Amino acid sequence: MTASVCDYTADEIMTVTAARQLPNGAVCFVGIGLPSAACNLARMTHAPDLVLIYESGAVGTRPTVLPLSIGDGELAETATAVVSLPEIFAHYLQRGRVDFGFLGAAQIDRYANINSTVIGDYAQPKVRLPGAGGAPEIATFAREVLIIMKQTPRSFVPRLDFRTSCGYLTGSGARAATAAPGAGPRAVITDFGVLRPDPDTDELTLSAVYPGITVEAARAATGWPLKIAARVETLPAPDPEDLRVLRVLEASTREAQARPVRIVLPAAI
Amino acid sequence: MQLLPLKEAIAAHVHDGARVALEGFTHLIPFAAGHEIVRQRRRNLHLIRMTPDLIYDQLIGMGCASRLTFSWGGNPGVGSLHRLRDAVEHSFPQPLTLTEYTHAELALAYQAGASGMTCGFMPHHADTDLDQESSSSRHAVSCPFTGRPLTAVPAVRPDVTILHAQQIDTAGNVLLRGIIGAAKEAALAAERLLITVEQQVARLEVDLNAVVLPSWLVTAASIVPGCAWPSYAHSCYPRDNRFYLAWDEISRERSSFAAWMDRHVLGVRGHAEHLRLLGVAT
Repeated sequence: MTASVCDYTADEIMTVTAARQLPNGAVCFVGIGLPSAACNLARMTHAPDLVLIYESGAVGTRPTVLPLSIGDGELAETATAVVSLPEIFAHYLQRGRVDFGFLGAAQIDRYANINSTVIGDYAQPKVRLPGAGGAPEIATFAREVLIIMKQTPRSFVPRLDFRTSCGYLTGSGARAATAAPGAGPRAVITDFGVLRPDPDTDELTLSAVYPGITVEAARAATGWPLKIAARVETLPAPDPEDLRVLRVLEASTREAQARPVRIVLPAAI
Repeated sequence: MQLLPLKEAIAAHVHDGARVALEGFTHLIPFAAGHEIVRQRRRNLHLIRMTPDLIYDQLIGMGCASRLTFSWGGNPGVGSLHRLRDAVEHSFPQPLTLTEYTHAELALAYQAGASGMTCGFMPHHADTDLDQESSSSRHAVSCPFTGRPLTAVPAVRPDVTILHAQQIDTAGNVLLRGIIGAAKEAALAAERLLITVEQQVARLEVDLNAVVLPSWLVTAASIVPGCAWPSYAHSCYPRDNRFYLAWDEISRERSSFAAWMDRHVLGVRGHAEHLRLLGVAT
């Protein structure tokens, strides 16, 4: 292995692997952070016609740098349309026009339910997290959901402190019984590999690992006895071109975020 | 529409205990109006906003609020709002009662308020623990035509909504351009509407269907250039992401937060001085 091709960080292989889940031409509702990096990487590489929607109302946006917030001006300037918030949630998401929802969270359980609200008790929280935002409806109405999260025993927990957004609820068809319009999480992309729901029980099952990652390591990073697929695929190392595009994108993002803002006030005030 | 200095507009229309919505989804957040509320030492406000952002972190940290209605309370792309967390986790500087929605619900609640409805409807309920914990009281109901399940979300009607905008014309009509969030719905849901604006022009040069709030909907307007900093006003100045990143450190401790607010908000007469002191404007 040569350093130039095979040196990559855990974040990088996660982002590249997540990007590869998105087919060209799909309509994707994007969360901020790792989901935003993965979606834009996909658009800049194998999926040029991916339609990215941010909850701020930017539809079909093509940012050249990653936004810090879901409402940066860059997202509006490069969008096909900028619509209102009631419209993006009602007319696009709720009406069934979104193929993929892409989410992150603080905690996940074995049925891919996620928590982004509190650690500890809701009324007396140990850590108050930002909360729901668009996630509960994205998790409910998008045709499929992708989740990207780092895998640790603290984040992959036997029992959520709070269920902000539903995955498969208690499993074995419980979600399907609620008649939720979307099918639920199709994959959870972590820094160890990819987990997919079991077709019968809906339980997250380790189906693929990155090069050099063992099944035992993935198991040790999970707070419940992790189910392992009969055949665990070893995923390829990130494509060098994907890595190059991702690094250029992140460097230009850092440069843009460090740029000072100057406001010219009228002389009179 | 009355054109007033911001100080007078806040003094006349934002009272202790009022339900106040400073809206603008990441964009066009009326920071200067929030700072004026801090300087006038309003108390027990019920703050309403989809994304509390830095401005509500400041209002909460300065003890202006006892209730918060919201749907996502973080520093976007950065992490926590530390003053909001301190209020929720440690009741400092005072307890804060939360009414928590999802974005889709709060957008719908504003829309219902703006439409003279007591509630709005959604077709399928997102299965979330917010149902058990929150005081926002969603209800499962049936569609009277098909019998299918619907979720009813109660309307939100602020006493006063404050928006920032790019332009106002001499007749008092107001133009907003760019990411709009639920600003229009929040404006039309409220009893009173206060506007801060970048500049006054003789006539708004806009296409049909632009977001224009007619002057007769506006209670009072104040011309405050740079009002939205560190958020932004599209085509005027960009979002100061550097400051959003810096806020994490400034707001982390009670003492560093208090010192920053003392010097940069309580210690200045208005927004122009605030921006000059921070080196953002010259």
